[in-house]
Amino acid sequence: MTPPPTPVSVAAPGRDRGPVPGTTRADWQSDQEVRWCPGCGDYSILAAFQFALPDMGVRREDVVVVGGIGCAARFPYYVDSYGLHGIHGRAPAIATGIALANPDLSVFVVGGDGDLLSIGGNHLLHALRRNVDLTILLFNNRIYGLTKGQYSPTSEQGKVTKSSPRGSEDAPLHPLSVALGADATFVARTHDMDRAHMVETFRRAHAHRGAAFVEVLQNCNVFNDGAYAEITSKSAREEMVIPLRQGEPIRFGPDGSRGVVLDPDVGAVVVDVADVAEDALLVHDETRDDPGIAFALSRLAPNPDAPTPMGVFRAVERPVYGIATSPGPPPGRDALGALLHSGSTWTVG
Amino acid sequence: MLDDTDVTVGGSGGKPSEEVTGVVIRLAGDSGDGMQLTGNQFTAVSALAGNALSTLPDFPAEIRAPAGTLPGVSAFQVHIAGHEVTTPGDAADVLVAMNPAALRAELPKVVPGGTVVLNTDAFGERDLRKAGYDVDPRDTGDLEGFEVVEVPMTSLTVTAVKELGVKSRDAERSKNFFALGLLCWMYHRDPEGVRSWIRDRFNGKDQVLAANLTAFEVGLNFGETTELIPVTRVVPPVVREPGTYRSISGNTALSWGLIAAGQLAELPLFLGSYPITPASDILHELSRHPGMGVRTFQAEDEIAACTAAIGAAFAGDLAVTTTSGPGLALKAEAIGLAVSLELPLVVVDIQRGGPSTGLPTKTEQADLLQAMFGRHGESPVPVVAASRPSDCFDAAVEAARIALAYRTPVILLSDGYLANSAEPWRLPAVESLPDLRVGFATEPNHTAPDGTPEFWPYLRDPDTLARPWAVPGTPGLEHRIGGIEKADGSGDISYDPANHQRMTELRAAKVAGIAGTVPPVEVQGDAEDPEVLVVGWGSTWGAITDAVERVRAGGRRVAHVHLRHLNPFPPNLGEVLADAPRVLVPEMNLGQLALLLRSTFLVDARPVNKVAGQPFTAAELVVELEKILD
Repeated sequence: MTPPPTPVSVAAPGRDRGPVPGTTRADWQSDQEVRWCPGCGDYSILAAFQFALPDMGVRREDVVVVGGIGCAARFPYYVDSYGLHGIHGRAPAIATGIALANPDLSVFVVGGDGDLLSIGGNHLLHALRRNVDLTILLFNNRIYGLTKGQYSPTSEQGKVTKSSPRGSEDAPLHPLSVALGADATFVARTHDMDRAHMVETFRRAHAHRGAAFVEVLQNCNVFNDGAYAEITSKSAREEMVIPLRQGEPIRFGPDGSRGVVLDPDVGAVVVDVADVAEDALLVHDETRDDPGIAFALSRLAPNPDAPTPMGVFRAVERPVYGIATSPGPPPGRDALGALLHSGSTWTVG
Repeated sequence: MLDDTDVTVGGSGGKPSEEVTGVVIRLAGDSGDGMQLTGNQFTAVSALAGNALSTLPDFPAEIRAPAGTLPGVSAFQVHIAGHEVTTPGDAADVLVAMNPAALRAELPKVVPGGTVVLNTDAFGERDLRKAGYDVDPRDTGDLEGFEVVEVPMTSLTVTAVKELGVKSRDAERSKNFFALGLLCWMYHRDPEGVRSWIRDRFNGKDQVLAANLTAFEVGLNFGETTELIPVTRVVPPVVREPGTYRSISGNTALSWGLIAAGQLAELPLFLGSYPITPASDILHELSRHPGMGVRTFQAEDEIAACTAAIGAAFAGDLAVTTTSGPGLALKAEAIGLAVSLELPLVVVDIQRGGPSTGLPTKTEQADLLQAMFGRHGESPVPVVAASRPSDCFDAAVEAARIALAYRTPVILLSDGYLANSAEPWRLPAVESLPDLRVGFATEPNHTAPDGTPEFWPYLRDPDTLARPWAVPGTPGLEHRIGGIEKADGSGDISYDPANHQRMTELRAAKVAGIAGTVPPVEVQGDAEDPEVLVVGWGSTWGAITDAVERVRAGGRRVAHVHLRHLNPFPPNLGEVLADAPRVLVPEMNLGQLALLLRSTFLVDARPVNKVAGQPFTAAELVVELEKILD
């Protein structure tokens, strides 16, 4: 028999290791060649993520990035921390195992709309409703990129793709509505054309205790180019991006001329502020316990051709999954002996 | 199958008692009648009385199938003896039938001349019709040749229990305790053990507790006073090695083996599981032990259960996922990921009848080839099997040893029979259990061309070919792994053709190399010059052992090899097979091990197959052995 390797003890993670050393973006860049298509929105998201990490106050060794399958899911290879590139759709489940095994880690899940809403939709729902301590970034380009251009669960109805030559029949899922429906405690949206907004959104999502869900609107310049051009291009933003600011009336447009009100029959609707009393505008409160209004906001722009809210839709506190039920360390052989001898036993001889 | 008897006077209530060396009792009733509870409790007191024993719970998949019908019959068979037993018995000496359906379904399993105890209150016209009897079997020749004991169990129970103020519908439900009392009297079981168990079990439910206790006492007293049972029976204790014993079922032993592995490896145990029959009891048992460093995660599905366990393994836990055949199919892709990631993972498959939903509560061994090959690509996985209920403990420890030392998923096979069957177990001394500590990587293991120390996640141990296990939280060893093919050593993504060939061969060589740490097979019976060698694996151990002994007692030379390790095979198996003139392979499938033995060793392995949802009886295997010896 091969002798077992000499045991090496590792101090438990979470030990006091002094202040977190400062890092820069470069410290988070791995030596792996990034293999997305030139011009892909994923490059700017990766850059924003690596810019945000130094602000998160985390050590490189305490960060784990988990991906499933798809273009976005290759993300772990490019971040110089711990990373796991899993199988299609299962990243939230893999990440749940990691977060439960070591609650001191910062665990990120990165996936696309196909990975997290189609094959992995079930795992996403359950990670969110359990409130596992994860930061989930869904890059929504509304297309299957890595398999070269089929419609995805977020593709608009009627979309013509290789697998839907007569236009897709499926009604799309709205990622934020799905997340809110699963009672996610942190729900936000950002987009690949605004680094500062991405950095701030990622930072806030990471700071949240529990499951944080961020939809990142992302362009696929090969298979779905201009997916969000009507909203996120610099010239369109003023008219089309609705910034959500905690405690403020929801306004956008030139000089804040447009706003959002709650219509009891319709839900959230965009209005000209001039047409309503200013105090009729919906005041954004991400801390509302009831997700109803956040849900109404998530339905405001079913397709990327209408004014679209950006920012934090919901940020509430709920117990973090698995913390209260954390087991102790294995107590060892004596305790095992006590277990084996517990209950009814009898002795011979 | 009463063994020898020896009548003496004395025993319960001054009635004559006879000593028997062994007896097989079968309890049968509706699935809501509590037959499993009654059987388990009778087993427990028999274990405490020092008997050898083996049990066979046999229940339907429905929680409450239509009452009084044949599909609703739930049975429990126990073999108690004054000598070692390895099977629950070929047939029952005593059948307790709580209704006509139970009688009809179970009578064929009673030996000629056996005792049939009937609950006569359940033999009304409707009950008979539901069981498919046109005429009361007591009035036909059906019961001829049996010793029939007619007891109005329901009414005796209700009359006594109603005095406690219990409604008669609820009172009826205690009738299984009446049956338990009667059995305890018939076999001289210590009633105090049962009483204290009832008090414990129904603590806080005062009325149920009182009703069950009363029914139990009424059953005992009925035995004392009735003229129907003239002789009681004494089964003496078995002579055993000194030690502390307990009664244990396969699933409990397996759970405790996993808990043990956590202590022996000094790692937290992580179970990802999704409820499935007959594996759920492992999830239940492990959920009770957070104090032993156990975390259970009831996942949203089988795939999440497995992938969460993979995540926990990456983070440094001893990770386990438990399931049955359909769940193993769902986990296949994830197990392939674990093969590629080279992380430790124990996958437990409590096999049941298949394919598809199959026979959820019945036993089978038909997942062997799924365990071996049920993944895409060249995806070698070690396979370990348990052979008897108590062996599930050791098999779990062994599966964890291989998983940890070789950083590989390991499939541990048990089955529905082992899962629910119970036997006495001599408790191991905890100091004798193996050291499973493997240690995490803490330092860089490679130097970059520019002289910088770096960590290569796929740089292998030269002996085991295992890669280092560096867990998140360890500074300086940050690395990325994934399901894409990795460059040998660095672990970077690689599509290089020669590298894939090399990595595929390395993964295969790693698993093949485990054979070097596997003990050679021990040949039981006639190791020298056998006329036939019986090769088995898993839960057929008991029936094969018994059958081989019976045939040997008849003067034939028979050898028996029972495999714990199915992949890789033990190093000397080929030699042992080559030396045997005939090889017989009994399996509860259509010849899966036989196929592996034939293809691996070019040996004429002859399959003996049973896929009836029931284990082999020794008698069936005796017939097969005699056939091959003719």
